[in-house]
Amino acid sequence: MTHTRERAVSRRGSGLVLRIVPPGLYSGRGGVIVERALVVNRRAWLAIVSGFFEPVLFLLSLGVGFGQLVSEVAGPGGQPLSYATFVAPALLAASAMNGAVYDATFNIFFKFKYARLYDAMLATPMGPLDIAIGEISWALLRGGLYSAAFLLVMLGMGLILSPWALLALPAALLVAFAFAAVGMAATTFMRSWQDFDLVQLAVLPMFLFSTTFFPLSVYPAGVRVVVQVTPLYQAVELLRGLTTGHVTWAALGNVAYFAVMAATGVVVAGRRLAGLLLK
Amino acid sequence: MTTVDLPLVRASGLTKHFGDFEAVRGIDVEVRRGEAFGFLGPNGAGKSSTMRMVACTSPRTGGDLRVLGMDPDVDGPRIRSRIGVVPQEDNLDTELTARQNLEVYGRYFGLSRAHVRSKAVELLDFAQLADRADHEVEPLSGGMKRRLTIARSLVNDPDLLLLDEPTTGLDPQARHLLWDRLFRLKQSGVTLIITTHYMDEAEQLCDRLVVMDGGRIAAEGSPQDLIARHSTREVLELRFAPGDQDAVVPVVTPLADRVEVLPDRLLLYTADGDGVLDAVHARGVRPLSSLVRRSSLEDVFLRLTGRTLVD
Amino acid sequence: MTRTTIPASRSTGVVVGPVRATWLSVESHWLWYRRNWRSSAFSTFLGPVLFLLAMGFGFGSQVRPGAATGGLSYVEHLVPALLVTTAIQNANFDSTYAVFSAFKWSKTYWGAVATPLTPGQVFAGQLTWNALRLGASLAVFLAVAGLLGALTGPAVLWAWVFALLAGTAFSAVVVAWTATRRTDSAFNGLFRFVVMPMTLFTGAFFPMSDLPSWTWPLAWITPAWHGIELSRGAAFGTLGPVALLGHVAYLSALVVVGAVLGRRYFTRRLAV
Repeated sequence: MTHTRERAVSRRGSGLVLRIVPPGLYSGRGGVIVERALVVNRRAWLAIVSGFFEPVLFLLSLGVGFGQLVSEVAGPGGQPLSYATFVAPALLAASAMNGAVYDATFNIFFKFKYARLYDAMLATPMGPLDIAIGEISWALLRGGLYSAAFLLVMLGMGLILSPWALLALPAALLVAFAFAAVGMAATTFMRSWQDFDLVQLAVLPMFLFSTTFFPLSVYPAGVRVVVQVTPLYQAVELLRGLTTGHVTWAALGNVAYFAVMAATGVVVAGRRLAGLLLK
Repeated sequence: MTTVDLPLVRASGLTKHFGDFEAVRGIDVEVRRGEAFGFLGPNGAGKSSTMRMVACTSPRTGGDLRVLGMDPDVDGPRIRSRIGVVPQEDNLDTELTARQNLEVYGRYFGLSRAHVRSKAVELLDFAQLADRADHEVEPLSGGMKRRLTIARSLVNDPDLLLLDEPTTGLDPQARHLLWDRLFRLKQSGVTLIITTHYMDEAEQLCDRLVVMDGGRIAAEGSPQDLIARHSTREVLELRFAPGDQDAVVPVVTPLADRVEVLPDRLLLYTADGDGVLDAVHARGVRPLSSLVRRSSLEDVFLRLTGRTLVD
Repeated sequence: MTRTTIPASRSTGVVVGPVRATWLSVESHWLWYRRNWRSSAFSTFLGPVLFLLAMGFGFGSQVRPGAATGGLSYVEHLVPALLVTTAIQNANFDSTYAVFSAFKWSKTYWGAVATPLTPGQVFAGQLTWNALRLGASLAVFLAVAGLLGALTGPAVLWAWVFALLAGTAFSAVVVAWTATRRTDSAFNGLFRFVVMPMTLFTGAFFPMSDLPSWTWPLAWITPAWHGIELSRGAAFGTLGPVALLGHVAYLSALVVVGAVLGRRYFTRRLAV
């Protein structure tokens, strides 16, 4: 009796999620995972801070170097943009994707398979969904910090053309969340680290071809459609629109795209984790 | 010319330092052809450091060492070509198959492809892994991996086989299977050197052994020798309810040759365990449980070092 | 007096010479690779080609040929340099995580040095293997670039030689350094602060003259810059004899330094 009541109390406030998730999968304690991550990473703060430099280095090289080679590129709606202005929001989107995917695949797989961390966690009242939500939240927290710092650098370099850019941070978080959720779902299908080259197979082509470095008009008409359905293209469109001030109703379409992607990812990840961990 | 009776391993005053830490503090050991020789001691006694020096993978700090009549500092590769090593931690290539592990390893010993191919078949059979020959190593059980490591160490038909804690971490069935394989090797004339902190393992496998503690040798002899020299024939173990033990010690001490006080029980050393138990009861001492058993190497170790082997 | 060995030996093991020992080590890498090539096929072979498509053709479509591209199309100008940065990026994983794992995770080096092989030979085998893999992946890359029509002429084949040299120089030094690492925490930093800048800021994608002059000396110490100068110079026939000798000497010196240190650090780590 007492036991059941305690469970009920610990579950209070997790409202909606509990109604769709079978009991035992979730105890509303995903925050513990974030706490753990903070403790673990207190010593590895350098690695965390250094993660921010990667996109900034790209941005610098693109701003000063590539920008000299290409003076103007056609931006959203066709208005000419400097190359750095064109590429900066795309890098923001790409780094949101990269960070989230890295955290949700390599990182989680390592803990899952080798560190046996989750086995220990599941011996406590925590359920698989706590783990999923906790890990994704931590990935987002990191990703959010990187995105904010990146936006500040863009501002300093004069690459932000519109106050709409204030919405770029939450948009980047949404993008990261969706990628993290799908990445985590994908991780549950991985058999060994050898499968991770497949993650690269998905991420690198998107990074290179989703209008990150050159406009959609470079492609022949048939290929354009293929590019347009990729999630990174959607993210680049959304963020490029916001930082350059070219915001249309299509942005809502982008947002909906990521909402669906995130929801699918979370549900699949939770189901699969339950199957894998609660044997 | 030298004689055939030269010991396979001869160490005198052998030391090993890691910075300020003295892992091995001057030991003298001789291992003769055909015997199974054991290093017995708790974790940190210096067993593995000694083994690594004998295996010529770790240079000695001081003293003299001859393995197969050669100096490891000069002839490391030559010595290694003729010995087999089973390290404490398996270092199999888990991304290769069992068979490939044996073949790759055999090639390192300069063996021809044809030779390693047929040798691998023979060894997989010996290790009872023939049905797993072409499976990747990663998912194999701990006992299987251990057997494969032992098979691998035999790929060059070594004159001397070094086994560092061969059965640590294995379940009882896996241990017995392994002991059986090692026993067969011994029968076929392979000289074995084994480190262990398991008494039963040392008693089962070793003709002669040294007890190591704190980098030094505390005693040397056959298991029976050591027990006869350092312990009594029987041991009476008494358990009491928590808190009762201390009061009993002065009462039972005069009854036995020697008494060891452990946290959870008393050990009474005597030639006649049942007789002492009767005497204990006669004095009105009522233990929760009692057990009369024969002395083991564990008792020797306790006697020599004042500590139990596995804490 | 003759050596006092124990005469009656039934052991079949023998000691092989250093060159053959190195080859035996390479052979074991090859056996491993034949089983596990899938895990790196994408990042080694396909990734660089995608990079060429995106940066060379995609981004290049936005660049008008001019002084910065030596009058060539951007992609033609990029290929010899991209070969070098690809070599360095490919060498990076094989020289860090793969080596670290053999010390710490899979512990395969420890198994190898319990045989007649010495730590120095294990190191030599690793470095030779890395160079062979680089040679193969660069050849594939070059062939694909040729099929895509991004090559200017047979002189581009020299780019293969120099990219391989630059990649091997980088690998030698990094393998040696990895042997001194107790954790894998520094490898991310190496990638972010050394490999990435070396890819972006040593003239492969845009001229270094666009960068502030204080950054140049940093580029000059990298194998990437020397490799790019060599490989572009040879491909486009703009390389003078002095520059040729200087760059080759620098990269060769790196190989030698890496080899000497690597041998020492492998021995220090594996024979303790």
